[in-house]
Amino acid sequence: MDNLLSIITFIPAIAAFILAAFLRGDDEAARRNAKWLALIATSATFLVSLFLLFGFDATNTDFQFVEERDWLLGLKYKMGVDGISILFVMLTTFLMPIVIASCWDVKTRVKEYMIAFLLLETLMIGVFCALDLILFYVFFEAGLIPMFLIIGIWGGANRIYASFKFFLYTFLGSVLMLVAMIAMYIDAGTTDIPALMNHTFATDSFRILGIHVIGGMQTLAFLAFFASFAVKMPMWPVHTWLPDAHVQAPTAGSVVLAAILLKMGGYGFLRFSLPMFPVAADLFTPLVFWMSAIAIIYTSLVALVQEDMKKLIAYSSVAHMGYVTMGIFAVNQQGIDGAIFQMISHGFISGALFLCVGVIYDRMHTREIDAYGGLVNRMPAYALIFMLFTMANVGLPGTSGFIGEFLVLMGVFQVNTWIAMFATTGVILSAGYALWLYRRVVMGDLIKESLKTISDITPRERLIFAPLIVMTLLLGVYPALVLDIIGPSVEALITNFDASVAAYEPATHAADTH
Amino acid sequence: MISADLNIILPELILSIFAMLALIAAVYTGKDKTAPLMLWGTAAVFTFLAVMIGVGGEGAETAFDGMFVVDGFARYAKVLILLSAAAILVLSQEYMAKRGLLKFEYPLLVALSVVGMMVMVSAGDLIALYMGLELQSLALYVVASLHRDSVRSTEAGLKYFVLGALSSGLLLYGASLIYGFAGTTQFAGIITAANDQVPLGMLFGLVFLIAGLAFKVSAAPFHMWTPDVYEGSPSAVTAFFATAPKVAALGLFARVMHDAFGLATHDWQQIVAFLSVISMFLGAIAAIGQTNIKRLMAYSSIAHMGFALMGLAAGTALGVQAMLVYVTIYVAMNIGAFAFILSMEKDGKAVTDISALKMLSKREPLKAIAMLVIMFSLAGVPPLLGFIGKLRVLEAAYEAGLAWLAVAGVVASVIGAFYYLRIVFFMYFGEEEDAAIDGHMSPILWTGLMVSALVLVVGLVNLFGIETLAASAAQALVN
Repeated sequence: MDNLLSIITFIPAIAAFILAAFLRGDDEAARRNAKWLALIATSATFLVSLFLLFGFDATNTDFQFVEERDWLLGLKYKMGVDGISILFVMLTTFLMPIVIASCWDVKTRVKEYMIAFLLLETLMIGVFCALDLILFYVFFEAGLIPMFLIIGIWGGANRIYASFKFFLYTFLGSVLMLVAMIAMYIDAGTTDIPALMNHTFATDSFRILGIHVIGGMQTLAFLAFFASFAVKMPMWPVHTWLPDAHVQAPTAGSVVLAAILLKMGGYGFLRFSLPMFPVAADLFTPLVFWMSAIAIIYTSLVALVQEDMKKLIAYSSVAHMGYVTMGIFAVNQQGIDGAIFQMISHGFISGALFLCVGVIYDRMHTREIDAYGGLVNRMPAYALIFMLFTMANVGLPGTSGFIGEFLVLMGVFQVNTWIAMFATTGVILSAGYALWLYRRVVMGDLIKESLKTISDITPRERLIFAPLIVMTLLLGVYPALVLDIIGPSVEALITNFDASVAAYEPATHAADTH
Repeated sequence: MISADLNIILPELILSIFAMLALIAAVYTGKDKTAPLMLWGTAAVFTFLAVMIGVGGEGAETAFDGMFVVDGFARYAKVLILLSAAAILVLSQEYMAKRGLLKFEYPLLVALSVVGMMVMVSAGDLIALYMGLELQSLALYVVASLHRDSVRSTEAGLKYFVLGALSSGLLLYGASLIYGFAGTTQFAGIITAANDQVPLGMLFGLVFLIAGLAFKVSAAPFHMWTPDVYEGSPSAVTAFFATAPKVAALGLFARVMHDAFGLATHDWQQIVAFLSVISMFLGAIAAIGQTNIKRLMAYSSIAHMGFALMGLAAGTALGVQAMLVYVTIYVAMNIGAFAFILSMEKDGKAVTDISALKMLSKREPLKAIAMLVIMFSLAGVPPLLGFIGKLRVLEAAYEAGLAWLAVAGVVASVIGAFYYLRIVFFMYFGEEEDAAIDGHMSPILWTGLMVSALVLVVGLVNLFGIETLAASAAQALVN
């Protein structure tokens, strides 16, 4: 299986093509066929990707399953995974069947909806597998098109504003990255990611428009990549597109956005920022730390006062991503392990939370927290599931949320005690908003007239939640499943990073004395 | 000797003789009844010549003591001009016929303007440059006002003529200054005079020359005519304006800069970079408020010319190559977009309002998806070909040390993305309304639209090999 990664990446795209080309009509049967085809394609992708997981050698820190072909002049079509990226691929393939199943009740333009999600899956997997800068960029940016359409066509009342904001915000972030990529290509003479990871970009400081740029080219390239990934992540203060996009997106769109698309930012930091610009990353660590700490505290406080459930969860996502950036830039084993773990676990938890909101939204067609209350009386099973994921979101030990946050805090504590302290308050605040949300929606007496006839979750919905529950608990009690895979690659990353930073120190001293 | 020269200009000769003979034939026979025949005949001759130029000839040849140069660059540009002109002619047939504009002069004027374009990209001398430019322009002035009974169309033609004449004046003045300081009108002679240190007077001439050329490529700040002419001309003519003449003007621009001033790159690089950055931003910002799709495409083409000029501003072979790739992709996108615009009508009347596209995706899903592809490609979003074009020019600009220009370019492209997205928004997100345009689309236009969209997607695999062709074309020009 030389081209396993290409197969995994393009199965959904082929299914999308089949849907587009051969499925006619818009009657009930056509809609059902579209949904089943999408479900089968995404499930098949997941099954095939299991070969990847079982064939992966965690002790080998090189890229595996590598395939390479010539592409347009000078560029390569190169795919491969290592310990850092493989789990994101798995996360994507695992979640997509769930996402497809969750939009079973969509009535408008079902065929197009499925095509959009299938294409999106191809592009997301591509992002995590690409080993060529420009190929990465193509996948990274192309994902905007289906997401733009998903929000714009199937979104809520204010969807147009949200979709434009989403597109232009992220587009602006990433075009600067494109310029940096070109600069890297011209500097290193290759767009091959593994080669670039071993290339040392110049750190000699220079002046631009009278501003002294410490760290030289590395700093500028780092900032360009940072602009892209920080928006994607999203980090405070460039997070403002996220609540809009989340609230307006349809449920399945929110799930994909929170569970997978946001992870591209974190993955980008790990794949590009740290290994390629170690010196600049080291220089900017304090800034990232403070931005993350502010993100955690500020967005948690903002989440407290939200009246819209989706918006609340969106802000909570920003806060949780704060832990991720913090952990990544701590650059030690616990920090980065924790960050990756947090991203994976957040993929399950936030996805599940958006699905929970979707369940009651489908019944009541409102996301206002005030419109609910006392759901436990009529929806006991739902109440239990919602509670599990609320607790996981808070970071209760025994759930996967705890492991990620704990590891990150432990990692950061070794580097910067104050930041760790501020970040820890986020744990308390998250308990505040999450539990309060839960109490207002689920607990209490069922007094609202409109809720009197609400029905508990259907077997289909149970089936959707089941895998997410299993993964959240499994990773919560047996984190080694993830940590064993990512560990060696992370260790190699840290070793290289430390060596590069150490090599820079004497150089600056030499420059300063002149 | 003369026979060798004639042999070199054979394609131009064939086309001119064809145009004149066809003119006589049409006048003495059925006049406008022969127009469809003339149109198809012209398109066929274009295609024949494109093949003839494409397969024949290697290396560089000059005719008439260096006034006329045929090299890889000229061949590439000529093939592109001929093929795009043929495509637009074929697409325009139905539109023109419906509005009673299908006169026999139309295809023949286009043929004459194409002769001018072919001379432009082959010019090796200031006189040849001017000849080609004027032949092209004079034919186009007439074509712009082809719809004689329409005030708009007449206005467009007149505006184009007056401003075009002004720019020709500027160009001639610049050319005369250059001649005065170089003592020759031949590029080969100018390049030795402009070696390293360009005399101040010649620099003056160069600036005027560039101003004239910038007018022809509709680069800001010499773009004023573009929106009005695009809007006023019949849509089929607009489609023609947006494609072949742009290729020719850019080709001429590159030829003058490299053949005549190739050793003084630093003297014109800043000017071209300035034109580029102004065009990109003006095209991006001014298009936002447009409600007429033709005006929008006018601003879009201004922005795209800005990007193409970015490649030229690099002043390197890579830059010229990037420019050629960019303009080729640009032509492919515009053919598709205009195929659609030509089909926009309601009860036989052309509709150009963007809001007429409301919810097109519901009624015409396939056409809507093709337009979506073209719009995202125009915006430069990967994985569509428009992105590859942008990537190439950015690369060239960065490598030439114009990092600031590359950054400005990407920022402009984000601003520009807004109005392309707005078209997508109308097609997909709007509210349900009565159809503002008829669904009907002639098979030819439909094919044009679909082929263009398909090319923009599939081209990502290997760009159909135009990269290598463009590379050798650029090598021929810059050495």
